[in-house]
Amino acid sequence: MDEAKRLVELIPRLRRYARALVGERSGADDLVQDTMERAWTKLHLYRRGTDLRAWLFTVMHNVHVNRVRAERPSDPLGDDMPELAQRGTQSDALMVRDLDRAIARLPADQRAVLLLVTLEEMSYDEVARTLGIPIGTVMSRLSRAREKLRAMMLGQLPSTKLKVVK
Amino acid sequence: MSDVAVTEAELQAYADGLLPAERRAAVEAWLAARPDEAERIAAYRRLALEVRAAYDTMLSEPVPERLALVASRRAPWRRRAVAAGWLVAGAAIGAVGGWQLKPDRPLAQSAPDSTVIARRAAIAHATYSPEVRHPVEVGADDEQHLVAWLSKRLGVKLRAPKLDDAGMSLIGGRLLPGDNGPVAQFMYQSQNGRRLTLYVRTEAARNRETAFRYARENNIGVFYWIDRDAGYALASADLSKDELLRLANLVYKQLEP
Repeated sequence: MDEAKRLVELIPRLRRYARALVGERSGADDLVQDTMERAWTKLHLYRRGTDLRAWLFTVMHNVHVNRVRAERPSDPLGDDMPELAQRGTQSDALMVRDLDRAIARLPADQRAVLLLVTLEEMSYDEVARTLGIPIGTVMSRLSRAREKLRAMMLGQLPSTKLKVVK
Repeated sequence: MSDVAVTEAELQAYADGLLPAERRAAVEAWLAARPDEAERIAAYRRLALEVRAAYDTMLSEPVPERLALVASRRAPWRRRAVAAGWLVAGAAIGAVGGWQLKPDRPLAQSAPDSTVIARRAAIAHATYSPEVRHPVEVGADDEQHLVAWLSKRLGVKLRAPKLDDAGMSLIGGRLLPGDNGPVAQFMYQSQNGRRLTLYVRTEAARNRETAFRYARENNIGVFYWIDRDAGYALASADLSKDELLRLANLVYKQLEP
């Protein structure tokens, strides 16, 4: 089956996204594994001719949301996260200098949008369909995610090379 | 120029290179008049590059085996059956059927019959390969008789593949009961005592072919496939997946008409 082959081809991209979304490797691969298993059982629901990648990332998104919900009743980093008003101070710069940790500190909703746009280079329309949210919500989450990330990364010396995550 | 309204959404699209061409000049003029905003958008672009640089290594990494296995159609219901213990599952075939028909597992309804062969072959391997004195009913010293007998009982012309070049010698075979009639099992052994069994059954549906598939049932690795009117499963508890695949290729080549 063509879809089955394409699902396999998409695994590395699922892993990349999951790694950035979850923040560590084994949890990310757990998420990819659950996603693949769910995708197999749901493959008959996929409509041929539509975007398989968007469908698969939707499956992953749903699996992820369910897992997070099962682990923690509420997201401690809601949208009300302090805007890091003291940005630029030494301690803040040290605290958030790592890009990986900065991404992990984004609210989950915003993180997903930012990563689909940045890593998967999805159009805003594709992101809206993948996450099942209006395009206006995509834009506002993207805008907020970027501004938070920029704020967190401020204070980092421009010459400091970011490490490749392990 | 700077009085042309530019929205935040357009600035984001500009950062992502997704702005329609006809709006680009207006946005660039707007930014040119606002250095702070221009710096903010430039920072977004830099961050996007850094995020990609940080995670793109995942794309070139080999996929871990556990994910590759899921991808090779290890449907969850089967893993569950394995977890429950295939000996139990094998003894309670009705119960296994029940799992397969569970309505919340739609894939299972269309689960290929071919996956059953892997489990049957693993059970047969586990049963007979540890035998010291009676691993086979008919020994390889009487190979002609063995093959003729099994061919007659299965109703198809069988051949016992030669795997000596790969270090596995035929030690014999036996007849087994299957779901839809008799099944043949050939057993091979290496010089250091590692054993391999080839499970062959007839397939009702003709002209059905499948690719090689791999399953692991309680430490027994199984490569299985269907080729025209026969289903094959090559099982071993002693060989690595790679070794087993190499042997499965040899078997497949020899059985091609």
